[in-house]
Amino acid sequence: MFGRDDKVSEIRLTAAQYMILAIFLVLAYGLWRLQVMQSGYYASAAEKNRIRNVPILAPRGKILDREGRIIVDNYPSFSALLLRDSSRDLNADADLIAQGLHLDANEVRARIRHFVSMPQYQPIFLKEDITPDELAFIDSHRNELPELDTIMAHRRLYPRNGFMAHLIGYVGEVTEDMLNQPQFELYNPGDVVGVSGVERQYNNALMGQNGARRAVVDSHGREVGLLGETAAVPGKQLKLTVDIDLQIAAEEALEGKNGAIVAMDPRTGEILAMVSRPTFDPNDFAVRVSRDEWNKLVTDPDKPLLNKAIQAQLAPGSTFKIIMSVAGWQEGIAQTLHVNCTGGAEFYGRRFGCWLKGGHGFVELEKAIYQSCDVFFYTLAEKLGIERIAKYATALGLGQKTGIDLPNEVSGVMPSEEWKIKNFKQKWFAGETISVGIGQGAIAITPVQLMRAIAAVSMGGRMVVPHVVDPQELPPGYVETSHVTETKNIPINPDGWTFITDAMSRVLLPEGTAPSAHIPGIDIAGKTGSAQIVSLATRAKFKNSEALAQNGWFVGFTPRRNPDIVVCILFEGGEHGRLAARLATQVIKAYVDKQRRLPSKMAEKEEKEKQKSDGEVDMAALWTAPEGDKLEGGRYVVKLPKRPLAVATAAPGLPQ
Amino acid sequence: MARYVSFRDFDWGLLVFVLLICGLGVMEIRSATMHTKFAGSHVRQVYWILGGVGAMFLISAVNYQALLDRIHWFYIAAVASLVAVLLFGQKYLGAKRWIKMPGGNHFQPSEWVKLILILAMAKFFADLRHRDLSWSDFMKAGAIVVIPMLLVLKQPDLGTALTYIPIAIMGVFLGGMQWKQGLLVVVLAAVGVGAVFFVPRVHVLKSYQKQRLTSFVDPELDPQGSGYQVEQSKIAVGSGGLWGGKGSQTHGAFLPVPQTDFIFAAFAEEHGFVGALGVLLLYFVVLMRLTQNAQTAPDRAGAFVVMGVVAVLSFHILVNVGMVVGFMPVTGIPLPLMSYGGSSVLFMFLALGMVMNVRMRRFVN
Repeated sequence: MFGRDDKVSEIRLTAAQYMILAIFLVLAYGLWRLQVMQSGYYASAAEKNRIRNVPILAPRGKILDREGRIIVDNYPSFSALLLRDSSRDLNADADLIAQGLHLDANEVRARIRHFVSMPQYQPIFLKEDITPDELAFIDSHRNELPELDTIMAHRRLYPRNGFMAHLIGYVGEVTEDMLNQPQFELYNPGDVVGVSGVERQYNNALMGQNGARRAVVDSHGREVGLLGETAAVPGKQLKLTVDIDLQIAAEEALEGKNGAIVAMDPRTGEILAMVSRPTFDPNDFAVRVSRDEWNKLVTDPDKPLLNKAIQAQLAPGSTFKIIMSVAGWQEGIAQTLHVNCTGGAEFYGRRFGCWLKGGHGFVELEKAIYQSCDVFFYTLAEKLGIERIAKYATALGLGQKTGIDLPNEVSGVMPSEEWKIKNFKQKWFAGETISVGIGQGAIAITPVQLMRAIAAVSMGGRMVVPHVVDPQELPPGYVETSHVTETKNIPINPDGWTFITDAMSRVLLPEGTAPSAHIPGIDIAGKTGSAQIVSLATRAKFKNSEALAQNGWFVGFTPRRNPDIVVCILFEGGEHGRLAARLATQVIKAYVDKQRRLPSKMAEKEEKEKQKSDGEVDMAALWTAPEGDKLEGGRYVVKLPKRPLAVATAAPGLPQ
Repeated sequence: MARYVSFRDFDWGLLVFVLLICGLGVMEIRSATMHTKFAGSHVRQVYWILGGVGAMFLISAVNYQALLDRIHWFYIAAVASLVAVLLFGQKYLGAKRWIKMPGGNHFQPSEWVKLILILAMAKFFADLRHRDLSWSDFMKAGAIVVIPMLLVLKQPDLGTALTYIPIAIMGVFLGGMQWKQGLLVVVLAAVGVGAVFFVPRVHVLKSYQKQRLTSFVDPELDPQGSGYQVEQSKIAVGSGGLWGGKGSQTHGAFLPVPQTDFIFAAFAEEHGFVGALGVLLLYFVVLMRLTQNAQTAPDRAGAFVVMGVVAVLSFHILVNVGMVVGFMPVTGIPLPLMSYGGSSVLFMFLALGMVMNVRMRRFVN
């Protein structure tokens, strides 16, 4: 027996010490054996140990439209590689290399210097996307310049002229900053990743996994054996909800103008088309964009890199009157409100003018909507107050991100008393509510928000999340965007939304604000808007310069009941909503025509061009006449039968 | 009776040697990760070491007797955390070892379980009343270690699970092991070693290690079946020679993970036999100093705590350096104090904190 204070056996502790000593002697012997006895053998083994690691680049997944037509493809291209594990003097060869590859010799030397500290087995990329004559140069100098090699890469082929550029986005080499972020942990320098748009949002699905070929090379850089090859895993194909035919119509509508168009299926939230203008050509970025070009894009006052559909924050103008009407109806005020519009009215001691100087006369809700009477909505705003307006506008998603599956969406602003105190440390002035009533003042929204709100009104309160990729089309395990299929129900009185949408359908009739946008046979309900960028007084000071022109808005849907498309357009500098309406109805027409199996405008045009060239064909023929066996011959012009009109088969510039 | 406990009794000499090893480690991490995507790891390692030293001072201030009195709670918490890893852990490279903490940090419980086991063993053997170890106590001691071990094996993390064994063996040995029990331990160890050596390429390398290996192992170039990594490690060590070389194995990326598991190979390549032997000598001095502290410990429990740390540390060195020189298979056990990694560094300094704790109280009672 012994107590707590008894010590541990000294003998056993000493035994443990000897045990440790034995371990260390064994390890020291291990080192002695390798580093002293056999060091010569291992030194030469290390010398022989030269492995060249040549990457096999994986192609990114194609991007398709909702019908499987190609929007973004890849094309094979060659890059010139400089292998540095041979014994050749690279600096001496630099002149010849530079000459053959049309590079500057000093630039080649600088690049060699830049990579001097990288592992020798890793080749340097000298030039991407080389031309056939440069490829021929490398092939014909295999013996003189064994250090030059080529590698096949798959480059992104985007539609031409910036078609759909903002939605698709573009790719670029992963930057140092990105590599330091945890979500890019598994990427390597030199990897090509999505930088914006769908390319960025769905990069993990689109990006493949590069393979590698590990070859054993001798001290002259010649491959003497293959250690192993890991095949590249190509990226997954991605199907968008966009319809190319509709996208073409939308792109055409905004051609040469500034602004944005978004079209969506209000039942599901699927984006059918999305355009932002001005645009840029992502093909310019597929290789490497020059600094000058980039600076030009970044500093352009029209902001071509901005996707205005989700990133422009502007006053909605009169389109906001629909939200006002919903709020007014729900609160039981709008349906009984009657106003005599004399071209303006006084609120809180200040005169607020109506856009129609002569006044609308006697106005109730229906006329107020299709005639867009400002005085009616000033009065409604006064009666509702900012808090109730903000409540309904916020419920309909204004001033918040819609949650669309595209990067860098902005939220906009829906002002309220609380917002003003928080951001300006100031009380809300009742007079500000009056401006908000017609969608002016502090309110700022994005086109996609406005479209979603009006879509919710058109669906009787059912609000969807806009999205460009159906989560069901994604590879399993993709959960980042599963929220896009969620819907919310905003309570809207059925009488209210029937009344409001009926009134909206009169906007394009002769009594409405945009009769010129009317298309016979299509039942479009919509609302025009024009929003001041600066006050009218400031504008007059700048002599109505175009930069300060008003923005035109139109948001509309068809058919009036159970709509299947809603379109929102922002026409910057468009002055009046009716011009915007005319552009929007072009898109709606393209949609309806397609639904009714009429040839789309774009396809029709292409078809006409084809007909011109091969509609009539010259042909020569030899034949035997039916009677007798006399050989006859002649030249004929044969009219080919008109081919059935077809819709587009791929985005412009992509292989058909 | 309770005498004054002060940092004057802190083992400053031991700390100097430990920090010397850490310094060599940081230097080698810097050299091995230069121009790779892990560049800058050495700076993080310095932060870990500073944090570890801080933790060491903190833990040495708490009376270890107080810790031992509550050890059963710690033990329950340890087992619970291992169960939690299996249930909610983050899967990474095929193994569940980490729990994601709020704030984006990851926590690997299997490291601190080691510390709990050292204390649990100390408490268990300190409370025994007999000079010879009875069979039932022998089995109980085994069970204390085997339960968490099985949970770690399930992750699966063979390397860490193995490091629990020496704690048990050291405890049983010092706790009065009889020669029959010793024989059983030897037989079990032999079976275990056999399993590690002969089953490995089927069983051990099933998950994450296989991923790491498949791209390297080529049967044709690997006739002995000893593995590409070990072969590369041997080339690295051997080519270092007596005085060290330029380190083409390390910088040519032939050596796998030169900043963690193979840091000793990287060091041996760059600093040769002389440098590598010097590092071994430093470790030896540290271990001898630790056993000396065990001899002067105020009570049995204290001695068991210190010797538990000695057991873990020597086992790590044996397995890691043994792997580097080609005596042992690849198990993924880092070299304590030198290898890059927060969990490993923190564990070592917490363990040293326990040792300091015991030493500072050697005149108490």
